[in-house]
Amino acid sequence: MAITKVCGMETEYGIQVVTDGEMSPTTAASLLINAYVARLERRIGWDFEDESPGRDARGFSRESAMPPEIETHLVNAVLTNGARYYVDHAHPEYSTPECSDPLQLICHDRAGEVVLARSMEAARHLLGPGEEIVVYKNNSDGKGNSYGCHENYLVERKVPFNRIVQQMTPHLVTRQIYAGAGKLGQENSETSEPVRYQLSQRADFFEEEVGLETTLKRPIVNTRDEPHADAQKYRRFHVIVGDANLSEVASFLKVGTTALLLAVLEDDFEVGRDLTLANPVAAIRAVSHDPELSTRIELASGERLTALELQWELFTRARKYAEAEGLAALGDESVGALLLERWEATLNGLDTDPMSLAGQIDWVAKLRLMEGYRERHGLDWSDSRLQALGLQYHDIRPSRSLFQRLKMETLVPLEEVESAVTEPPATTRAYFRGRCLSLFARSIVAANWDSVVFDVGADPLRRVPMMEPLRGTAQHVDTLLDGCESPAELVERLGS
Amino acid sequence: MPEREQKRRSAPARETTEVEAEEAPAVTERGEKLKAEIDDLLDEIDEVLEDNAEEFVRNYVQKGGQ
Repeated sequence: MAITKVCGMETEYGIQVVTDGEMSPTTAASLLINAYVARLERRIGWDFEDESPGRDARGFSRESAMPPEIETHLVNAVLTNGARYYVDHAHPEYSTPECSDPLQLICHDRAGEVVLARSMEAARHLLGPGEEIVVYKNNSDGKGNSYGCHENYLVERKVPFNRIVQQMTPHLVTRQIYAGAGKLGQENSETSEPVRYQLSQRADFFEEEVGLETTLKRPIVNTRDEPHADAQKYRRFHVIVGDANLSEVASFLKVGTTALLLAVLEDDFEVGRDLTLANPVAAIRAVSHDPELSTRIELASGERLTALELQWELFTRARKYAEAEGLAALGDESVGALLLERWEATLNGLDTDPMSLAGQIDWVAKLRLMEGYRERHGLDWSDSRLQALGLQYHDIRPSRSLFQRLKMETLVPLEEVESAVTEPPATTRAYFRGRCLSLFARSIVAANWDSVVFDVGADPLRRVPMMEPLRGTAQHVDTLLDGCESPAELVERLGS
Repeated sequence: MPEREQKRRSAPARETTEVEAEEAPAVTERGEKLKAEIDDLLDEIDEVLEDNAEEFVRNYVQKGGQ
């Protein structure tokens, strides 16, 4: 039986400074995050002990590979909801806490947007009149620069990595037909006919099938082997190819379908025919460049399918798996059932009339908005007002966000999102991390994904390891935490 | 400025085919409905959209990330 697909999302936000003076994006991102965390009782730093982003899941390290750098000198905070909020590559980045099902993850990703919005508010008080720091939840500046929204999924170590590559690549190439955030024009890619509008923000930036890089020569399947958990038992499948979604439905589908297909392969479920693509890099762009969804991509077998046909095959597999094995791997059977229902309905919508999904899918909503605006003002597709609209769709400020005005369907009640701004998921180790920060912030010197380091007054510092992502839940530690008067007692009782 | 845009817009018209003509009533109906839905929204958007779109778009330059 596949293990629960513990999952998380890391979003690098676009950042823009409105000022007459000079302020680098790195300074602006630091100011933004500092403004937010200054409200907290005490800032807890991130512990870099466990970071090794250069490790490769294929079991080797190439000389030419460029492992991501860890910028230890920049702002880096852990929040009481178990999230990490920091500066990365001159962008503010929000990593959700580990979640035990895709819907919970969507809630925490939305909470991240609230944190960014509150950060902008907090920063406003530190800036001069007329100055502002604005963030955008997108993945491209339209000028050839991209920044990511990464997903992480817990997978059993015993699953051979090459099987993950083989079975997940067709999904990662085609899921953009519902998970794409939409983009005007094209970047870094040449086509015989110029692309007016495409499904994905990110597809133009992928140049390799498999690899370790995340900032150059980006690969469709990333091989970073850094489980942040017991490495004997687990892998962390790190997906860098996705767009940051504003639509909850699109985001839920993106994460849920990927988690479910990972469960299918982890259980070695009879998968049907081989869907290996002849050229995934060419395919991911071709699919993105065609909002008509009619482009056929070639399989290694020579057969040519549309992305939608390929998604129908993947959906059928997932449904058969669910009928045979259940949906426990998605953390919650009802969430799994909702996922299958929405996946099918969305594919049906794309089959009959993609525009019918304007209330659910980012790329459709944005396209409809652009079409309407273009028609009304008689604009050319290259008009800067359409480009401005394309950026402002992703503006996180409630006063300026075009997405928020569209009133698209939501899956998570607003109260739950509000709560997730400060409260950790109760069903993963993020609960222990977050609760410790709430209760004993003054005694915690650092925290990271798989440990919390306490200073209980006597040397040495005490590290509490959390190598099991599904331990340290409310069920496991509430009684313990409630019964501890001090951090020293907690550490004592944990035997660390 | 608007004149130049109008000219460019006329280009796609010649792509009309018989197939599209057959589907035209349904497409038009759906189009009208969508247009009605979006009209109010578009009024609002004009109020919200950055004043100087060209400058706003030009200034939006990001450092590459992951």
